[in-house]
Amino acid sequence: MHWPHKDLLDVSQLSVEEIRHIFETARHFLEINRRPIKKVPTLKGKSVVLFFAEPSTRTRTSFDMAAKRLSADSFSLSKSGSSLLKGESLKDTALTLQAMNPDAIVVRHSFSGAAEFLAKNLRCTVINAGDGWHAHPTQALLDGFTLTQVWKSFEGKEVLILGDIAHSRVARSDVDLLTRLGARVRLCAPKTLLPYNVKKWPVTVFTDLDRACEGVDAVICLRLQLERQEAGLLPDLREYARRYGLGRKHLALAKDDVKIMHPGPMNRGIEISSELADGDQSLILDQVEAGVAVRMAILFIYLLREGR
Amino acid sequence: MQADLVIRNVVLNGEPGDLIVQQGRIEEFVPGGTESVQGKEEFDGQGFFLWPSLIDVHVHLREPGFEYKEDINSGLKAAIAGGFGQVMAMANTNPVNDSASVTEFMLEQARKFHPHGPFLHPIGALTRGLAGKELSPMAELARAGCRAFSNDGLPVENNELFRRAVEYSSDLGLKVIDHCEDVSLSEGGLMNEGEISSYLGLKGIPVVAESLQVARDILMAAYLDTPIHLAHISCRQSVELIAWAKQKSIPITAETCPHYLVWDESRVQGYNTLAKVNPPLRTRDDVLALQQAVREKVIDVLATDHAPHAEFEKDVPFGEAPNGISGLDTALSLCFGLVLDGVFDNDDLIRLFVNAPSEIFDLEANTFQKGDVADFFLFAPEAEWEVRPEAMFSRGKNTPALGQKLRGRVMAHFLRGRLVFERAI
Repeated sequence: MHWPHKDLLDVSQLSVEEIRHIFETARHFLEINRRPIKKVPTLKGKSVVLFFAEPSTRTRTSFDMAAKRLSADSFSLSKSGSSLLKGESLKDTALTLQAMNPDAIVVRHSFSGAAEFLAKNLRCTVINAGDGWHAHPTQALLDGFTLTQVWKSFEGKEVLILGDIAHSRVARSDVDLLTRLGARVRLCAPKTLLPYNVKKWPVTVFTDLDRACEGVDAVICLRLQLERQEAGLLPDLREYARRYGLGRKHLALAKDDVKIMHPGPMNRGIEISSELADGDQSLILDQVEAGVAVRMAILFIYLLREGR
Repeated sequence: MQADLVIRNVVLNGEPGDLIVQQGRIEEFVPGGTESVQGKEEFDGQGFFLWPSLIDVHVHLREPGFEYKEDINSGLKAAIAGGFGQVMAMANTNPVNDSASVTEFMLEQARKFHPHGPFLHPIGALTRGLAGKELSPMAELARAGCRAFSNDGLPVENNELFRRAVEYSSDLGLKVIDHCEDVSLSEGGLMNEGEISSYLGLKGIPVVAESLQVARDILMAAYLDTPIHLAHISCRQSVELIAWAKQKSIPITAETCPHYLVWDESRVQGYNTLAKVNPPLRTRDDVLALQQAVREKVIDVLATDHAPHAEFEKDVPFGEAPNGISGLDTALSLCFGLVLDGVFDNDDLIRLFVNAPSEIFDLEANTFQKGDVADFFLFAPEAEWEVRPEAMFSRGKNTPALGQKLRGRVMAHFLRGRLVFERAI
């Protein structure tokens, strides 16, 4: 498939056809990842910089593993180990990295728009591994891909995203991806954790979790950042857990085969009960497995696209 | 008869004629022209409009302390080339302009590089160090040459202190210019709070962060029966409050900036740091409200809030970029574009940029009546120019207008009857 994009900044760049192509490619890698020998030589000689200016364990490990399984060389760079702390600008750090001729830079940064900023300044492929509150396209793609493994189609499916929507790049990317694949998306959070203009989003908004759960096919729980309480957005975690913690009683309101998801890391007992996180309907570990496959698919597609 | 200066065949208020200047003052504008007066100096104004020098009551010239962004020399060059004969410079320099020595230094720099103008009027800090804790020595500042007081950029949150500052400065006959922002509501905000901020994942600045403070100032001005001038109004809510205040004859005056009249928040799309400014660009509805407000005299004054920054400072992720738009080079052409679009007319423009600021801040202005200061420029209404860094005199090239084609340019600028700027063609 002809791939017109140099960078992956946001799922909104991708057509539905392109999203399905990523899923299709990921399916092959998922299968390879389950074999005893998982490494393929596809990206031998390519180098990928993992530039994480914000803490991350799973996303960075997932990209790292994805690169290595494809035989690309990966190099990790974190903020604490980089000159950014010495006052170097993001642009200078990026230009320095580029001068070493990597094929792709995977970037995680606390500023919304940081990935787009790098993409404008760099010739190599930039893959957004999360920028501020803005976008986390590989998370959305792996969420979508995980659901394609259990659903034939997204048509008519109701997906609830629960938790701190306002500050969540995962929520923004998930809403975009899931609605375009044909699902109907609901959001549920206290008003203080919803974006100001959420009524303009293509979603149904709830502030009551019981009502939000009625008849849903999947629930994506978001991590509650504990500093939201300090910022005065919540009274306390106990009250949040009581009003918005997903527990067993919500399963009864949802469809029988409702799926439970979480991008991790979880606060057990706050946004999700342990019982649900570990239950039969949980896809949380499937998401992690899918993450490696989807990121392999992305590296494969972007690094081998025509016209590079 | 012989005159010091004659501008021939120039158009004033739609009428061609000759302008006669004697000893730095307007002598007469003769419609249709005159043969009987000869100038020691003569200029052919054929094809040009004759406009009074504009007054900009809100600029940041960055000196002392931030000369890498702009200095008084470069800022005043941009002013004269942009049509401004007088500018009022804010106090957020380093050191802050809260003592006579800083005020005197600024005035000295202006005189040194631009002995014949444009003229600089420093604005003193309202509170010492702009820290919002104690009053600045306002009498000392006034004596040194400050023409108003403001805490621009660092609004005074303490209502009691603000009240006392307004009272104290009114004693000196000088006005307080308030930057209306409730910092608890705007903290960490990067752009207007709304649909676009929610998609871009940028923390929003709600309109109430401005309008609540506008309401405070209006009520304070009413209670104290003392005038307050409101800086850079950006939204409909504020406009409605100001309209109410004027209806009640509360002594409030207000300014907005060209950028709030021409651009809305969509300019931020793509994380465009050139459109990052405080207060932020708002919605189309706010733009329309402001356009109506300047037409209907709810808003009295246009000012640029000229805020130059170095290129590298804006070449960063959106969250890291400083606020501000460089305005002196482009303000007149942007506003002339609004005249061409029928938003307002030339008379409105002159009222907003000359008459009202002159009245509010007690500055001399030219109305082309006999005896007025001969501060004026020749304006080429047909001239089209593209906003490029090299076409700007300001050191700060940070404007969303970059790359845009604008109409109308200052071709020659006279102050006190003396040619101080001529554009090389």
